Amino acid sequence: MTDVQHQIPDDLLMGYATGALPQAFDLVIATHVSMSDDVRSRLAGFEALGGAVLEDLEEAEIAPDSLEQTLARIGEDTDRTVTAQPKAGVFPGPLRALLGGDTDSVKWRSVGLGAKQAVLHADKEGTARLLYIPAGQAMPEHSHGGMELTLVLQGGYSADDGHFVRGDLEVADNDTHHTPIADDDGEDCICLVATDARLKFQRLLPRIAQPFIGI
Amino acid sequence: MLVPNDHVDQTGSQASAVRDADAVVRRCRERCDQTVAANEVTEAHWVARITAIAKDEDKSAFAEVFRHFAPRVKAFLIKSGADESLAEECMQDVMATLWQKAHMYDAARASVATWIFTIARNRKIDLIRKNARPEPEDLPWGPEEQPDQADVLALQQDSARLTDAIRQLPEKQRRLIERAYFGDLTHSEIAAETGLPLGTIKSRIRLALERLRHSMS
Repeated sequence: MTDVQHQIPDDLLMGYATGALPQAFDLVIATHVSMSDDVRSRLAGFEALGGAVLEDLEEAEIAPDSLEQTLARIGEDTDRTVTAQPKAGVFPGPLRALLGGDTDSVKWRSVGLGAKQAVLHADKEGTARLLYIPAGQAMPEHSHGGMELTLVLQGGYSADDGHFVRGDLEVADNDTHHTPIADDDGEDCICLVATDARLKFQRLLPRIAQPFIGI
Repeated sequence: MLVPNDHVDQTGSQASAVRDADAVVRRCRERCDQTVAANEVTEAHWVARITAIAKDEDKSAFAEVFRHFAPRVKAFLIKSGADESLAEECMQDVMATLWQKAHMYDAARASVATWIFTIARNRKIDLIRKNARPEPEDLPWGPEEQPDQADVLALQQDSARLTDAIRQLPEKQRRLIERAYFGDLTHSEIAAETGLPLGTIKSRIRLALERLRHSMS
């Protein structure tokens, strides 16, 4: 597995390991981890810390018939089949599991100029969406009310803080003014984006349009 | 002897695993202190119990794992904010999942405690949310594949050292790490700089993943 250059920073990865992140972030990070063995092993390090904390906990008292009840839950038919390896495609396992398929199962909505999006998850803590930006095209300039994670799934883009290709994760926060431009190499760019607050667009027109298109 | 006799069936792969284990332990004895060595014995023991559950559906092995880990899982859930009855219910669910997923456990990539922690964490989050927590793709071992025994032993040593290192942290710092894992800290409050030896574990697991990828290709 080739390893990605722009990896998730430690604090967010530890947040994922402890379960402290919004669900929208979990989706992006689970997908990112699936694309990089480096990140997978870094995550395993933070989970090892959780294991050590668990091992050292003072024991709680359990119900007297706890073991019997648990054995009753197990029942007789345990399925020991091993999960099949996910088929090759654009979307890694966690995304495919959510969508029930690869890119052809996305219900895109146009957001103008050939760009498309599909909201995959939204709750009060954050939103996860797929963004489709035609090759060579810029996303509207925006800054962030909160934190934004962008994971490249296909193609690539350039932003103020670097060039991002498949597997790369970009973290943007309050101070980031953001004008990503999709690579002009013939391949359209698909990204999985999680935000923990609404993006604020800098230019007037997109700002008016923002409540309607829901970016 | 790495593993006490009464804990190991001296047959086939198990016996060769123990021989490999002995060799690895001999090699690093000089840099392992006594506490760490004691933890390793325990860890090798738990790995053998999970293997017995996966291969033979061994209920006495499960009972043993249950007696040790169920009270800890329940404590973890209580510290995470569950009341007594929810914690008991959820703990039983976690332990039942352990039985069902025992064949998916890879001792080269996680200690038994770590693996159980991830099951408990996911179950806890699933209770809070309506839908399942997004998890990375599984990288399962096929029925005939087994993790490299030297990888398994090395990871056990690293895990033992990590447990030891946490115990030696200043009280305040240790509490902060525990609170993070109980879900007491928001992601902006989490400081990943723990001062703990996570780097060796990461490199070890990275190597195990390379071997796994190689065996799958």
